[in-house]
Amino acid sequence: MEKTIAGISTEEFFASGHRACAGCGVALAARHALKAAGKNTIVVTATSCLEVFSTPYPETSWRVPWIHGAFENAAAIASGIDRALKTLGKRKDTNLLVFGGDGGTFDIGLQALSGAAERDQNFCYVCLDNAAYMNTGIQRSGATPKYASTTTSPAGKIIHGKTEFKKPMPFIMAAHGAYVATANITFPLDFINKVKKGLAFDGPAYIQVYVPCPTGWKFANNLTIDIAKLAFETKITPLYEIEKGILTISRKPAKEIPVKEYLKLQGRFKHVTDDEIRDIQQHVNNEWKRLLELEKNKSRVC
Amino acid sequence: MKKVIEASTAVALGVKLCEPGVIPMYPITPQTHIVERLADYINDGLLSSEMIHVESEHSAISAALGAEAMGVRTFTATASQGLALMHEILFVVAGMRLPVVMAVANRALSAPINIWNDHQDSISERDSGWIQLYVESAQEALDTIIQAYKIAENRKVLLPVMVCLDGFTLSHVYEPVDILKQEDVNKFLPQYNPLFKLDPKKPITMGPIGFPNTYMEFRKQTHDTMLDSINIIKDVNNQFKESFNRSYGNGLIETYKIEDANYAIAAMGTACSTTRVVVDELRKQGKKVGLIKIKSFRPFPKQEIISCCKNIKGIAVIDRNISLGNEGALYTELRSAFYNQNKKPIIKGFIAGLGGRDITPDHIKTAFKKIENSSDTEWLL
Repeated sequence: MEKTIAGISTEEFFASGHRACAGCGVALAARHALKAAGKNTIVVTATSCLEVFSTPYPETSWRVPWIHGAFENAAAIASGIDRALKTLGKRKDTNLLVFGGDGGTFDIGLQALSGAAERDQNFCYVCLDNAAYMNTGIQRSGATPKYASTTTSPAGKIIHGKTEFKKPMPFIMAAHGAYVATANITFPLDFINKVKKGLAFDGPAYIQVYVPCPTGWKFANNLTIDIAKLAFETKITPLYEIEKGILTISRKPAKEIPVKEYLKLQGRFKHVTDDEIRDIQQHVNNEWKRLLELEKNKSRVC
Repeated sequence: MKKVIEASTAVALGVKLCEPGVIPMYPITPQTHIVERLADYINDGLLSSEMIHVESEHSAISAALGAEAMGVRTFTATASQGLALMHEILFVVAGMRLPVVMAVANRALSAPINIWNDHQDSISERDSGWIQLYVESAQEALDTIIQAYKIAENRKVLLPVMVCLDGFTLSHVYEPVDILKQEDVNKFLPQYNPLFKLDPKKPITMGPIGFPNTYMEFRKQTHDTMLDSINIIKDVNNQFKESFNRSYGNGLIETYKIEDANYAIAAMGTACSTTRVVVDELRKQGKKVGLIKIKSFRPFPKQEIISCCKNIKGIAVIDRNISLGNEGALYTELRSAFYNQNKKPIIKGFIAGLGGRDITPDHIKTAFKKIENSSDTEWLL
């Protein structure tokens, strides 16, 4: 584990020059995750923005072996690779890193991921959570927050964006016995250390990293890190780990900042009413309280 | 050494002789006996493959994709709805040129749900880029699994192969089978030496996005390879004959009493065995009829079929599938094969044996009568 940013590898395994939008959080997370994993790594990527912008044939950004098959099967492809590594006697000295978007993880890829985790397959799955299907043009996913406007949950006159809260994916994975962590590109050291921990874990690891999307969330592309930081400070995306069912909060915000500060910077929330903001704040408060209790009680989350 | 075994066991023994490194498995009737036997071999220490007990057929073929991309020989098996669930990934495996071998215990597709035999499942995957070989007996099933790896892994091919056997009608039938010796199979089928694989020592990108300026070239290359595989399939059949003194026609088609025949019955799978009996009966009645068994449906052996039909006046095609709204698939393909020929036989299509209905000798005889009595002009009296 690295104590300071100075300990992070300066070698790049994810080459620049790819076709991500300016300010893309996904590209940053992929770059940092690879710094954690290093050279001896095989990467599986679900169909996603990441797959499209990093591999326009014959170009590639990947300086490690990389494979993409389809949308919902990254965890199943990784399962085959995991067992192939075992049969080749290379399981211990090779890292297996999987990237999926939130749609490819929360929704269409959930079955394959659940199966792989139940089989205790050995890989670190990094869910790049930008809270909608960005690759297909900003459609609602199970990770989209309540009231967010997307192209399939638009802010209409009657219905104001998405009508449900986000699926509690980290807890679903914790119930499978996986090493679980949430991360945020604002804190690269924390993210890198969690990826290292996930790769070293003997069994399935699930890391959900929060990656703001200027295109989908409608904010200026120089604000990606600011938005991610506000998501942490307003407790929209708390940072925690769940190991053997026990939850530890990785870092707590220093001061109370209302969610409104986070919401108001993004076009996807520009329609929300004061009542709706109160609903979001209440939900955030409840979730945070639950996390604090879980941490304090040291009881298994599931 | 011959043993009386179930055809599913013959498939499993064929797989065991090829020693795949990874076997993702998921149950579906009537395929399940194949993976059950493989699980027995592995858990009894007779086979050192890694089993993956996947949660669906979609994941079975996806795990096979991942393992094969590591340069590890892989096997899986399925049928019917399971194959349909794999549909999406079948194209990916072929497009990525991964030589996975899969057994398909052919079964009807829902609805209504039906667990019995026809060819609708694999015929519906004919455009996926998989080589499709249909077998007739337990022996042919075992032999074809071994041949399938040799065809698939040939560096001039690198395409996946489906070995299709009729569900129940063959998969659950016991027959005497010559079980090959491991050392002989090792000589025939060398260890898999992949051209490309995922390896941190030599990183490559597999499965990138192909834009309109490259996509068609990938598709054409795969198609050209599929056509070229015709010769490899023939070669492998010949090599198998040299090694084991057994072969199946030219590997693509097999004929029975066709040399002096005026009429032919064309069929696939176990219907060919029934047809052989009918051919013998009709021959006794002085009818000059023979059988064309189409073993390789993909690639479709047009020239081989045309060449064996020089003196054929009529072909009755038995299809255990139907392209709803048009006709049986084998009928379509056979007729298309003859379209540019100067001399064309009369060709009639017959749909039979769907959803486990038996194809009886009477069915074949009726088909023969209809083709024998057909002429360019028929009277409607």
